[in-house]
Amino acid sequence: METLSEVLRANGLIVAFTVVGITVWLSYVVSNRLTHGRIHGSAIAILLGLVAAYFAGLETEGRRGVADIGVLAGIGIMGGGMMRDFGIVSTAFGVHLSELRRAGVVGIISIFAGVIVSFVIGAVVAVLFGYSDAESITTIGAGAVTYIVGPVTGTAIGASSDVIALSVAAGVVKSILVMIGTPMVARQIGLNNPQSAMVFGGLMGTTSGVAGGLAATDPRLVPYGAMTATFYTGIGCLLGPSILYFIVRAFV
Amino acid sequence: MIIYGVALLAACLVAGLYIGELLGQLLGVQANVGGVGIAMVLLVLASGSERLQSLVTGPSGEGIKFWSAMYIPIVVAMAASQNVVAAVDGGLLALIVGVLAVVVSFALVPLISRIGPQSEPLPPLEDPGASSVKRGV
Repeated sequence: METLSEVLRANGLIVAFTVVGITVWLSYVVSNRLTHGRIHGSAIAILLGLVAAYFAGLETEGRRGVADIGVLAGIGIMGGGMMRDFGIVSTAFGVHLSELRRAGVVGIISIFAGVIVSFVIGAVVAVLFGYSDAESITTIGAGAVTYIVGPVTGTAIGASSDVIALSVAAGVVKSILVMIGTPMVARQIGLNNPQSAMVFGGLMGTTSGVAGGLAATDPRLVPYGAMTATFYTGIGCLLGPSILYFIVRAFV
Repeated sequence: MIIYGVALLAACLVAGLYIGELLGQLLGVQANVGGVGIAMVLLVLASGSERLQSLVTGPSGEGIKFWSAMYIPIVVAMAASQNVVAAVDGGLLALIVGVLAVVVSFALVPLISRIGPQSEPLPPLEDPGASSVKRGV
């Protein structure tokens, strides 16, 4: 047992390939047998991943899901930012420049609309929960943008650490909901073409959420959504501690 | 050679992330601005370029397609390393903020999509994963 654990720990990434492979296979079997393909196999696999991350987090009290379990640390490498970005860029292979250009302006509009709408929602809820200082309201609003914009903004304007933690939590809730919810609402919101995928990426913004949500809906839409989503966090970090903060300060 | 395609893909990502980082500094933001998006544009431009055809066709192209097929497994691993406990423990405020932001953003997708020229829906999806499982069973 000790020897096995040693081998597994020493070969983290390889173990990750094995474990994720089995998870995906199992998910496709469940998708076909239990749902007759109605729920996409990759959606089930992503959901299984999130559930596993939840229980792993309870067990280890860590922040990186199953990656905090020693023998599964390789999952953290495979699912980390580096591999995620590498995978996302590779999906652009075969994308036509004309499609990107056609939706370019709408894509930019959607990024600004997405950042502002999410921020306003976060800020209003913060006020309803009794927060009255501009720093806390802005930080929670920024958390609704993404879980990166929240702490970046909060740190820049000097919000308290519990408010920053709250903003991260709000951003993580958003990211996970986008992963799970996208395949369910895809049909209703017309998410079946490159243009709406770019608008979707710009409005949601959370790279992980968009990456997971579109993968579970139709992998061919991933490059379009990811393209706009990757600008979202940057724009959010730009607007959060500056214009949006000044506007909030003017109100309170 | 497969490695040529992989190297091209990697070079695009590194270049994109570098430009994104510079953009961030230029704007005075503590974040990478669109690095991955820029990398994607670079890859699209490279695969359309006459001169780089040898890097994107044949075996070299397979090197890029491999990673593109690994995308979903990578996303599954990403999901498994999220801080789901923090999301659940964030309490009512975090939950309400997250849910409202997602619901309203979802609702805006069809509205903003109507702006400008429209693109055609993609043809129905052939699911390679599902069919292989069917064949296997």
